[in-house]
Amino acid sequence: MSDVHGSGKFLVGIFDDDDVVLQAVKEVKNAGVRIHEVYTPFPIHGLDIALGHPRSRLGIAAFMFALSGTLTALALTYYTEGFDWPMIVGGKNSYSPIVYVPIIFELTVLFCALGMVGTFLISNGMGPTVKPLMYDLRTTDNKFAMAIDLSKNNIVEGDIEQILKDSGAAEVNVKQF
Amino acid sequence: MASAHAIASLDEEFEFTAETKRRLLIGIGTGVALVAIGAFLLASGVGSHETASVAQEGGAHEAGHHAYKWTNRLWANVWLNSVYFTGASVIGMFFMSYNYLAQAGWSVAFKRVSEALPAYLPIMGFVMLATYFIAGHDLFHWTNPGLYDKASPEYDPIIAGKSGFLNTPFYLTRIILYFALWYGLWRMLRNFSLQEDLHGGTEYYEKSVKFGTAFLLVFGVTSSTSAWDFIMSIDTHWFSTMFGWYTLASWHVTGLAIITLTVVTLKERGYMQWVNESHLHDLGKFMFAFTIFWTYVWFAQFMLIYYANLPEETIYYRERFTGYGGIYMTPFWVNLFLCFVAPFLILMTRDAKRTYSILKLAAWCIIIGHYFDFYVNIMPGTVGEHAGFGPMEFGMILIFACGFIWTIYSQLAKANLVPRNHPMLEESLHHDI
Repeated sequence: MSDVHGSGKFLVGIFDDDDVVLQAVKEVKNAGVRIHEVYTPFPIHGLDIALGHPRSRLGIAAFMFALSGTLTALALTYYTEGFDWPMIVGGKNSYSPIVYVPIIFELTVLFCALGMVGTFLISNGMGPTVKPLMYDLRTTDNKFAMAIDLSKNNIVEGDIEQILKDSGAAEVNVKQF
Repeated sequence: MASAHAIASLDEEFEFTAETKRRLLIGIGTGVALVAIGAFLLASGVGSHETASVAQEGGAHEAGHHAYKWTNRLWANVWLNSVYFTGASVIGMFFMSYNYLAQAGWSVAFKRVSEALPAYLPIMGFVMLATYFIAGHDLFHWTNPGLYDKASPEYDPIIAGKSGFLNTPFYLTRIILYFALWYGLWRMLRNFSLQEDLHGGTEYYEKSVKFGTAFLLVFGVTSSTSAWDFIMSIDTHWFSTMFGWYTLASWHVTGLAIITLTVVTLKERGYMQWVNESHLHDLGKFMFAFTIFWTYVWFAQFMLIYYANLPEETIYYRERFTGYGGIYMTPFWVNLFLCFVAPFLILMTRDAKRTYSILKLAAWCIIIGHYFDFYVNIMPGTVGEHAGFGPMEFGMILIFACGFIWTIYSQLAKANLVPRNHPMLEESLHHDI
């Protein structure tokens, strides 16, 4: 999870083509510029690797959420049927975990799914009251935007602009948050 | 990382060396010797439990069963292995067909491996028919004519009610039909594939989609009915509506494990360098997913029977838990462990699905585990308390497995290892996830 809540002054290079932006990422990085993030209308293969993003820990989060669901279901079924109000149904033991496998399974899936929705909203800085940071509205349509945080780069603004243009940016805009 | 591997050439022939052939022949020879030793031991009465547990609950399970002969165990083993390897080979066709129907591109790189599996079908069909003719009465309780005769003391109204389906002419027709349809449709797809190598174009691809779809329609019905015929009819009184799915799930995950194992082995020997980590990752996901699917179906069948608690259904699990002196308890749990717990935990992480040795470990767990799946299904109804693990079981597995490997290798050697004119080949070579 990178820092999605940018603040300050950004240079935004707009690209027309996915191959160009993928190549540009490598060139801009080689020129010594730190890229804040690249925004694209669709996933581009190899972009996360080119940007040098660390491997996603989403899988670990999913596993933890799922495990919490499993434990909740075990506790719930044991408390209600095995401890608080034991009942004998169909001649089975009052608490037989086999009977509750569907409940355990469903709660595992439910907790995992809801947890992932929450993780998605938090890690992307989205939510009902959060104002989204749009570097360029056209990234929801057909343009690719490369955002560069000026406060994290020691290179002069004009030079970065030139590097972006050299690597194929159709236009370079300044965005202030 | 995506397309960073250098692909030397797309023309690659698999060499079925004399050394490999020699080893497989030694394997078959050892298998035959082991079966002979096992037969000798059984015939002379060593290691049998005759006196131990005849009166065990469930031991006298289907009244009027033919008297036990040691050859029953031999034929039950033949039947068990035929069912297992029939499934493993037909899944090659199944895999190809649904990939054609889904217009999937990723699997083209190792399509020749799945294409090689069904060549074993005619042999299996022949073995099954022969076994039915030689030992049908020993394996299948329903072949006993007394069951259908009201005057006979053996008359069984429940089985007599099933005689419209379970009678020898219809049964044999079905078995012949299964193998003819499965093998015939595979031959079509195989021919298109080989023709495509020579002539190119999309014509063969479109034909393959049509015949692949036809196979899926056929297999949608025959996968269930063959499961009833091959396995469920052994426990003639018992039935489960989940059984067709259950057997299909078992066969499918076995087939996927065999495909994965073959691809990894070939890659380790220097073949198929165009198959990349992403292909292996997807194969690993496939195994992982269908491991869970098998468990889901297994558990659905078990829980419905457990919950409903109807005597004619629970007998199935009673025989396997406490029946016959409890000898089926170990294979039962080994099956669950190797088919669910082990692959589920082994294949869970991303890195595991990209590491050769871990993939191979998971594939072996599945392949061995599902042998026990069929063991637990077939043995109680055929040999009951006389089952066991001895030279006969290991020998029989060796014979069938070496034959299977021989068929796969000779099919692989017959064609270029990559379908070089397949319209989706380019997509598959750049597969990246």
